Amino acid sequence: MTTIPIWRRKKVRRNVLQGAFLAAIVSVIGIAAVTAQQNLSAQGISSGFGFLWRATGWEMGTSLLPTSPNDPYWWFIFNGILNTLLMGFVGLFCATLVGLVIGLARSSNNAPARLLGTIYVEIFRNIPLIVQLFFWYAVVTQLPNPRNAIVIGGVMLSGRGLYLPGLNVTMLPAAASMAVGVVAILILLWIAMARRFARLNVHRRRTLYLGVIAIAAGCAAVALIMGRIPDTPLVSLPELKGLNIRGGITLRPEIYALAFAITIYGGAYIGEIVRGGFKSVGRGQVEAAQALGLTPWQVFSKVRMPLATRAMLPILINQYVWLIKATTLGIAVGFSEFFMVIAGSITHSGQTLELISILMVGFLIINFTLAAVLNRVNRAIALKGKQIGVSQ
Amino acid sequence: MTMTAIQAPDNSQRLLHRLRREYFASPLNALVSLLCLAVLAMLLWWALDWGVFRATFDSAARADECRANGGACWAVIGNRWRLIMFGIYPYDEQWRSALACGIVILTIVLSCLPRMWGIGRLAAIWLFGAVIFYLLMKGGLLGLPLVTEEQWGGLALTLFLFVSTVVIGMPLAVMLALMRRSEMPVIAKVTGLIIDAIRSLPLLAILFTFAVVLPFVLPQMLTGEKLYRVIVGLAIFFAAYQAEIIRGGLQGTSSGQEEAAKALGIRYSHRISRIVLPQAFRLALPATINQIVITFMETSLVVVVGFVELLAAGNAAYNTGEWKFAYVEVYVFISAIYFIFVFGLSRYGAYLERRMNVGRR
Repeated sequence: MTTIPIWRRKKVRRNVLQGAFLAAIVSVIGIAAVTAQQNLSAQGISSGFGFLWRATGWEMGTSLLPTSPNDPYWWFIFNGILNTLLMGFVGLFCATLVGLVIGLARSSNNAPARLLGTIYVEIFRNIPLIVQLFFWYAVVTQLPNPRNAIVIGGVMLSGRGLYLPGLNVTMLPAAASMAVGVVAILILLWIAMARRFARLNVHRRRTLYLGVIAIAAGCAAVALIMGRIPDTPLVSLPELKGLNIRGGITLRPEIYALAFAITIYGGAYIGEIVRGGFKSVGRGQVEAAQALGLTPWQVFSKVRMPLATRAMLPILINQYVWLIKATTLGIAVGFSEFFMVIAGSITHSGQTLELISILMVGFLIINFTLAAVLNRVNRAIALKGKQIGVSQ
Repeated sequence: MTMTAIQAPDNSQRLLHRLRREYFASPLNALVSLLCLAVLAMLLWWALDWGVFRATFDSAARADECRANGGACWAVIGNRWRLIMFGIYPYDEQWRSALACGIVILTIVLSCLPRMWGIGRLAAIWLFGAVIFYLLMKGGLLGLPLVTEEQWGGLALTLFLFVSTVVIGMPLAVMLALMRRSEMPVIAKVTGLIIDAIRSLPLLAILFTFAVVLPFVLPQMLTGEKLYRVIVGLAIFFAAYQAEIIRGGLQGTSSGQEEAAKALGIRYSHRISRIVLPQAFRLALPATINQIVITFMETSLVVVVGFVELLAAGNAAYNTGEWKFAYVEVYVFISAIYFIFVFGLSRYGAYLERRMNVGRR
């Protein structure tokens, strides 16, 4: 019996290979870290996260909470994340609505509606999002100047922004009333989903819902009226003063250009996913429902929609994650979302590695949280066991 | 017993029946139909009126003439199309840029033919196309004047980014996919981590890292030119997504195939390249084409790190005092170019999917 030489043994080979692989990766990271260290010390910048508490010295642009050049970096980054989340939420919500309409139109048995849906999808899905974004941005910034603004009710639209009626309220009560609203929505969701309320009859449930809504609305109203800026009317309407528009809430063009582009582009993709979902609903299920004498609306809302939702949710999760990442295009039009704040901080502070790692960790957390939540929803509503008549 | 022949309804009746079913099934349906038809007619009329009837086609026309006509001002395209297509490439050498674009398009069309499908052939076509493109664009030999990468632009740059991303990214993707399903746990886990990390990042962040941050963290000799760093960034991003697609294809091929090859004593490289990968690619083909289409669209993101590709060249084309008002025409032109490529490729993907489904049924 001959012994295999040590370098030909499978186990040895595998261990050596894995060791070499790890060593290669570690050395790449090591070289990068050492070079960065050298470059930093050459520029007189100390590494570490201490800079997060330094004042930035530049303007951030759009932010939900007040920012100024005296604020530290972490506050800017936090506001950038808020902007990303807000844009992501608005974009996802609107794109889903548009996608539902388009998907329904494309899977209806009405030929003109189908054609209209197809034209929409083919045009907006086959042109890069950033091209569409630049186009919409050019459109909204070339609207008339504030003097000739388009006025609809209390809303004014000009090339410099969209002006909405607002409330003359200080920060704290506004935040408090928003928090009340969020809590109320969470309670409503809890009542709707939790098992302990499942046995309540319809009337009791309705009074419970109305009660929660009334209490929340009351609390919010009290907070707003108490927190009003003294000697001003509660509602502030935008109006033309001199060459500019004052009062109310101002939305800058990049915000709604980006939201619009994401909605239109995402709507085309989600429309296709919705269509796929409806296509996967087995014909037998629909025919069985019709044979039982359900009305067309009941067939849609009790059979086709629930089954289609289950088929499309896994694909929708990927699309949502993609759309959240697409908010980074804000940098192209100057919307100060997470990525733009990070890029600005890198140019101003030079703390490249730290900021890039914050960006990576931030997006990892946002995307994993979104995917985890949606995956949980998916598992909760997924059909148990093997299905008959559902293709795929 | 008498047999009654079932009569086929004649054509006009069938048409009438179809019309009723698809347009006027119920009063509500009829209303929706009429509404949709009205919207369609309005859109069509508006597009024709703006783009054709009242449009200015004469490229000698100036801005005032366009305004007087009221429709689209195609004169801006007539005046600025060279900028949009070729960027700031030297005027006298622009035929080279055009020829290079033609070669890339030929490469794409050739690789769409089923007769060319083989790892060797495809690799040969794409490498050949990329090399010819590069030599034509760069010059510096055979009497062609040297044109450095900073002067490349427009459609030619977009196509260069696209082709080199796919040429570099595809082998990388195969490697990543094979490493992720490796039997060695350390390699499989670490590769999985890298792929997932890249996939969870926005492409813009990766482009920014490669364009701006990399010179900072790599020794001087490894940094290379900005254009190539950005291409590597695009390729790595493409590879991370494509690796998952290939992994899906690998999971779809039955494990018996590989085990049988193993039992026959075929060595790893042949098992992979001749037995497993061809089947995996066949399964992954529709998703692969989809990913390639997305990659083509995503090359436009390099505008953010300062390259004058198709989109940026278009922005520059209307951003002069004279043509500032004609942005819609320029964007329509750029969109049409993207649309032709993307729509063509995705139709081709849909055709392939149908073709393969026929075989399976």
